[in-house]
Amino acid sequence: MTNEISPTSAADLADAVCGALRDKAPLQIVGQGSKAGWGRPDQAMRRLSLARLSGIRSYEAAELVMTAGAGTLMSDIEPVLAAKNQQIAFEPADWGPLWGKPAGQGTIGGVLSCNLSGPRRFQAGAARDHFLGFTAVNGRGEVYKAGGPVVKNVTGYDLPKLLAGSFGTLSVLTDVTVKVLPRPEKQRSVLLFGQDPETANRAMTMALGSTHDISGACYLPMDLARRSHVDLIRNANKAVTALRIEGAGPSVEHRCTALRRMFGDAATEELHSMRSLAFWREIRDVATFMPDQETALWRLSVPPASGAVIAGRLASALPGCSWFLDWGGGLLWIAVPPVADIGAEKIRQSLVADGGHATLLRGPEVLRRSVPIIEPGALSQLLRRVKQAFDPAGILNPGRLSADW
Amino acid sequence: MLMPEPDSAVLARRPQLVDALKRLIDPAGVIADSIALRAYENDGLTAYRQPPMIAVLPKDTAEVAAILRFCHQEGVKVVPRGSGTSLSGGALPLADGILLGLGKFNRILEIDYDNRCAVVQPGVPNLAISHAVAGRGFYYAPDPSSQIACSIGGNVAENSGGVHCLKYGLTTNNLLGLEIVLMTGEVLRIGGKHLDANGYDLMGILTGSEGLLGVVTEVTVRLLRKPETARALLAGFPSSEAAGQCVADVIAAGIIPAGMEMMDRPATHAVEDFVHAGYPMEAEALLIVELDGPEVEVDHLLSQVCAIAEANGATSQRVSSSEEERLLLWAGRKAAFPAIGRISPDYYCMDGTIPRSKLPQVLARMEELSLRYGLRVANVFHAGDGNLHPLIMYDANKPGELEAAESFGADILCLCVEVGGVLTGEHGVGVEKRDLMPQMFNDLDLNQQMRLKCAFDDKQLLNPGKVFPVLRRCAELGAMHIHRGQLPRPDLPHF
Repeated sequence: MTNEISPTSAADLADAVCGALRDKAPLQIVGQGSKAGWGRPDQAMRRLSLARLSGIRSYEAAELVMTAGAGTLMSDIEPVLAAKNQQIAFEPADWGPLWGKPAGQGTIGGVLSCNLSGPRRFQAGAARDHFLGFTAVNGRGEVYKAGGPVVKNVTGYDLPKLLAGSFGTLSVLTDVTVKVLPRPEKQRSVLLFGQDPETANRAMTMALGSTHDISGACYLPMDLARRSHVDLIRNANKAVTALRIEGAGPSVEHRCTALRRMFGDAATEELHSMRSLAFWREIRDVATFMPDQETALWRLSVPPASGAVIAGRLASALPGCSWFLDWGGGLLWIAVPPVADIGAEKIRQSLVADGGHATLLRGPEVLRRSVPIIEPGALSQLLRRVKQAFDPAGILNPGRLSADW
Repeated sequence: MLMPEPDSAVLARRPQLVDALKRLIDPAGVIADSIALRAYENDGLTAYRQPPMIAVLPKDTAEVAAILRFCHQEGVKVVPRGSGTSLSGGALPLADGILLGLGKFNRILEIDYDNRCAVVQPGVPNLAISHAVAGRGFYYAPDPSSQIACSIGGNVAENSGGVHCLKYGLTTNNLLGLEIVLMTGEVLRIGGKHLDANGYDLMGILTGSEGLLGVVTEVTVRLLRKPETARALLAGFPSSEAAGQCVADVIAAGIIPAGMEMMDRPATHAVEDFVHAGYPMEAEALLIVELDGPEVEVDHLLSQVCAIAEANGATSQRVSSSEEERLLLWAGRKAAFPAIGRISPDYYCMDGTIPRSKLPQVLARMEELSLRYGLRVANVFHAGDGNLHPLIMYDANKPGELEAAESFGADILCLCVEVGGVLTGEHGVGVEKRDLMPQMFNDLDLNQQMRLKCAFDDKQLLNPGKVFPVLRRCAELGAMHIHRGQLPRPDLPHF
């Protein structure tokens, strides 16, 4: 008996789940394990790898849909889409390096299961918004499907939304269908230097409320900006506010000009194509700015206009932390030096007034065990019943999302 | 259409239930008069009528919670209703059920421009949100054709779309938060002004759940800045193949228009006779492509789209040069339903989605079916996303025609599934397509969906008889057959 099972079909996978049920041996479900360091450490006895459920099953560029095995590497999917001038628009991040793993190891199943979405989130939607349909095995060992193979569908419950961000705790995905979209022809980023956090937050709010269709808006305090590998950012020696514009050539030029006019003297520099691409990849993947493996890394989703205020509050409560804002202020990344509860209490407290939620991405194992990945509060009973509706015996990734299930 | 057998014990208790409800909420909000109840006997799917046992019109979340808690205790079914514009019978009452109308929830609670969102009550009409924020140049993107009347709560329940959803998404892509009441009366808040769920995406699953999981009492929607300008191209094509290829080529060129609509010849003729928009009568297929954004972008992309239309043999092209002309080009498309209503005593609107490449094949098969059933059909089509709206014309006063129209419609939806599409793109399953669900989903698929229903509504009292063709008890669905070592495939070796 081996410790890792690696099925090659949905039927084999169902057998593996049935075996786990029979033996009461919970399963740890992994694609490539690139995000294994995220969430509560695993309590499972057996590893179920989806690595061999890989490959693009169908890709209809004109229909804007692609179906692939859940274990297919993102790095195998992206070039195929790029050849047709398309992409997965929610900008899935490559977070392996955050946990000291190599880049390029993430799978489409992992990206969807964690609902990962990058800087374009507020404009293009999250992973959940592009997840159209799937085949999966539930915790009863039954193969079932949901959603559909077309971009517009309301037939039955929208289960792909529920499985997005479920961390493999509801079902094991075998095949997934996602919406794909054209790649923008051109991108540029307008840079504002030396703003204090609250001024930067207001600038981002103004830009996002304009007609210029911003597709990325972030703020790096000076200490983090200096970690960038993009020369114009690193060498500025100042805090950097960046606003990305994408689209057809003439439109990008027009909107950049309009945006610079909006900010007058504050907008002094632009990143063009390759530099802009490289910079937003750094923002998306985070590791460049948060390289210290010893720190605990938190990701806070907050009301966008409040990002800088919450960041300021936490910066004074957690000495030695470093942070930056993405999503126009709606996403706060914060790295906390090793302290007793890795800042959990202060961070979750900081959200009481404004609303939002905090997720611990990286941290010492012993602390990750005590800090749940989610804090659903009043929703916890309902979440538990939802879990039971899919996995009544609790054998799929038990404990990963919540200590209780 | 068979609905669940009315529970005679519940019907016998009707007077006591009315009294109890009048004690529970403001008595003015309890309707028991049989004439008054007729107002609720159908929604937008007018072929089916059934007055409810009692109607209640709560005025706040506390009253909704009190009603649901009471009905849960008493084992009484509840059908929620917004504006009653559902085209799939989602708000069709039950003879032994209480109809829960949310019409009094008609206030916009907060507009937060900095966080680009609005907090509204569920009875607010879709278009009223856009009107409320238009002064600052914002709008709410999903725009179902009924947007002047349909409520935002109903939009959440049905995950409504509209002609602009290819670029801007359906309701589900434009929500930030919900307040819901479960059948037990428990009030839950999900999301807020931030993005993404903390834990399972309950908002994602509630949206489009057709009133089966919870009653929505507050909605936080995303607001978008209105694009600087919008222009439309009207192009006529000699065949649906040519028009379909034009759509595919536009997308292949990397252009996602704000809207991309197709009409076939019968639909074109019906609307031109009605609105006189100047549509080309000789065209077999008509395409409206709308681009929005800064003027320079719209000009740039429109010239590309015109060239693509030309290359696909467009026989006529007309680009709007003013806002009036743009609205005129749309007027025909937006009036398609009433225009068909003018040339036929009744019509039945279908809503399948197909892979766009299958359009010529589907239209040809539909023509065969039209001959076989002896019923005319006109097609309007959200071409960008493959969502087809065949309008079957019939006369309900002629014996057998309604049944023929329903049967024709079912054949069309089965055809959609057969070519790799789905039963409904935006109107919902409701009662209308309930019995067709097995065309798309097998027992295992449906059982998993029903188990989710049980997590929200253990007694299956909320809107039963919709979506699922067979009702199974939660205890039966929840039974684990692996107990006592009985695995689904015990003969197979494991590991």
